[in-house]
Amino acid sequence: MEELAFYAFAYLAAAVFTVIISQRLGLGTVVGYIVAGVIIGPVLQVSTGGTGYLEHFSEFGIVMMLFLIGLEIDPQMVWKLRTKLLGLGGLQVVATVCLLTALGVALGFTWQQSVLFGFIGALSSTAIVLQTLEEKGVLDSDGGIAGFAVLLFQDFAVIPMLACIPLMTDAGSAAPSGHGPTLLQSLPGWASALLTLAAVAFVVIAGQYLSRPVFRVIALLRLREIFTAMALLLVVAISLLMSAVGLSPALGAFLGGVVLANSEFKHELQNDVEPFKGLLLGLFFMTIGAKIDLAILRDNWLVICAATLGLVIVKVAVLLPLGWLFKIRAAAGWLFALGLAQAGEFGFVLLSIGRDREILTEQMTSVSILVITMGMILTPSLFALYNRIAVLIDDRQGQAEAEQPDEATIIIAGVGRFGQIVNRMLLANGHRAVVLDYRADVVDDVRRFGVRSFFGDASRPDLLKSAGLAKAGLLVVAIDDRERANEIVRHARQHNPDIIIIARAYDRLHHYQLMEAGATHIVRELFGSSIEAAGLALQSLGMHPYEVEKRKSIFVEEDVAGLNRMASLVDASMRAPDNPTFIAGFNDIGRVIESAMRGERAIYDDIVRRGWSLPELDEVHSVQNAKDRI
Amino acid sequence: MRVLVLFAHPAQRKKSINLAMADRARLVEGITVADLYAEYPRFSIDVDREQRRLLTHDVIVFQFPLFWYSTPALLKQWQDLVLEYGFAYGPAGKKLAGKHALVCVTTGGSRDDYSAIGGNEHPIEEFLLPLRQTSLLCGMDFLPPFVLHAANHIEASRVQAHIETYPLLLTALRDDHFDFSAAHTHQVLSVDDLVRLMGG
Repeated sequence: MEELAFYAFAYLAAAVFTVIISQRLGLGTVVGYIVAGVIIGPVLQVSTGGTGYLEHFSEFGIVMMLFLIGLEIDPQMVWKLRTKLLGLGGLQVVATVCLLTALGVALGFTWQQSVLFGFIGALSSTAIVLQTLEEKGVLDSDGGIAGFAVLLFQDFAVIPMLACIPLMTDAGSAAPSGHGPTLLQSLPGWASALLTLAAVAFVVIAGQYLSRPVFRVIALLRLREIFTAMALLLVVAISLLMSAVGLSPALGAFLGGVVLANSEFKHELQNDVEPFKGLLLGLFFMTIGAKIDLAILRDNWLVICAATLGLVIVKVAVLLPLGWLFKIRAAAGWLFALGLAQAGEFGFVLLSIGRDREILTEQMTSVSILVITMGMILTPSLFALYNRIAVLIDDRQGQAEAEQPDEATIIIAGVGRFGQIVNRMLLANGHRAVVLDYRADVVDDVRRFGVRSFFGDASRPDLLKSAGLAKAGLLVVAIDDRERANEIVRHARQHNPDIIIIARAYDRLHHYQLMEAGATHIVRELFGSSIEAAGLALQSLGMHPYEVEKRKSIFVEEDVAGLNRMASLVDASMRAPDNPTFIAGFNDIGRVIESAMRGERAIYDDIVRRGWSLPELDEVHSVQNAKDRI
Repeated sequence: MRVLVLFAHPAQRKKSINLAMADRARLVEGITVADLYAEYPRFSIDVDREQRRLLTHDVIVFQFPLFWYSTPALLKQWQDLVLEYGFAYGPAGKKLAGKHALVCVTTGGSRDDYSAIGGNEHPIEEFLLPLRQTSLLCGMDFLPPFVLHAANHIEASRVQAHIETYPLLLTALRDDHFDFSAAHTHQVLSVDDLVRLMGG
């Protein structure tokens, strides 16, 4: 116990400390984790006992990363980017692999080693690049979109790469670490192929038909932590199954993610797995750092610097012409090329596999790790270089070609009786909203009608974020839980000051709370329908329908005016009966409501009649050409 | 002078000429453009507010497409409710006396249709008689209307000229560059007439 606590302390403390610094310096988290690893490993010599076990554990980080990438694969988006994705991404990967392999062979490495270097060099750092692009606000620019498409393709390309590496070594050499003996070694070739296919099919079918009912049951029971446990169980189970048939667990997890990408639990799964993935991936990078031999850095710094620069130059040399070919030119081309010029975190994964498979020596692995790390550390400087180039090019056409921003998203929180009608009306007018609800059965029903709906608690900030809050133009809060509604409104207003928020209020007091939370429009949930009923009652008592309409609209106007007048008197944190100001103010709620409450009609009648009431008859006669009324 | 445009159009499609005119009017600094159908989608006109708005302007422009020889329904509702006894007329009324009223209207029928021998048997200004008489009863100066005939059938350049002239007209009224007495020598105002009437 004590030992465990000590390791946990060392790792977590180092991580927190270095990641904060690295993030502040704009180097991204990955570099921070690696440096943390260096501190606890070679510098302080803390981790020597812990690494082996931790390493296996941390590999789940990669599995989860691929699971989440799978979840993010939105078929529509992929289809929209298809030319850039396949053309640009495919050519970039192939060209870089070929160039680096040739370079490696020329420098005297074996072909296996060279191909592995090619694989590593072809990939860029998704985490760092996307983060930087977003921070700079150029994710929607031509260069940014192209970069994103290529990164996405690289994520796909990882899968055949992972499949290729075992093929390059003699069969039967050391299996990837952390895997038990596989079932397949004792089977003939055709059987093992069949079993492999069966396992993949099982993941797809189970993901589609087995996991969703289970999630639904858990969701219905409202067992938050069990939902999380189930999400993790799913990932771990897929990993086990894949390892058992000798496939890459990461690949299996990716498949599982894609299968669930369109399910109603997508966002909830993302939110549940994300923190684990983040920490485990961080741990993985730390174990990488912990294995860096500082002596190697000292003895090889020249080689490492040369290799890093060489890698950047090769990548830019591939990316720049390719971008030009796909009409990403001038400043956008430079953004695209320099942005993707580093090697990525997946390189570390490939390196550790290469080392386990004995393609690389320890020495080579350590040097390569340092090269990748250096590349990542260089990235901010490369972006700075892009800024200089962009200024030099003075690229006015980039401005002119700025694409139309995406249509702002509409989010509806809650699709019960209230939200459903809002959604139907929006749909009837051609707006497709993203719908959130924490009742799985409701989501299920709505999905049957083809509405994009997701299961999850809308008051959780991360769910709103993944539903697209940052880009949303409109949020309709239609849930019946008052406190939660207030939270959602407050959070949304904080994180997207320009968003229009239409909120459903329970009563007058809740109306004020929502107003304070920052809602743009507030609708009392029963007010409209009660007025409707009152109107029907008047009509049933023999009042003329148009008279009823007039009386309804004036009543509503006066009531709303009174509500707004009283807003200043109300302390939204207090219950109304406990608030003397509120009670006093209630008597000032407006002439109409007050007199109506007392059963007096005079004032109300005066307002209603206005405009169609005749002036006194003698006055009419005194005016020539009075309005002609019959 | 302080100009108020009461714009009434119940179906503001993208290609609507009236909408284009209203959009141009909104760009004129220092005048008020009220889209009545946007402000009162349920026809529940706020009479006090409208009366206050009339009192703080000197020129009232009624801008609308002609529907069955009359205004769109909401503009009629506006007249019925806002021009109250005791405010717009009657011994204690006449609060609008001395202001100017100007109708800017687009019609489907051509100029020839709107003539004694045309399909409509009367010129356009006769169809605007109710508005004219209402204005006079309120003591207002009723200007000849600014009319675009055959709005959906004439060439685009003439439509464009009409749309572009509108904000110039409003600007001229705002800056007192409008020759009222010369304007009254016309039956209706066309783009060419206006160019002459807007000095400065």
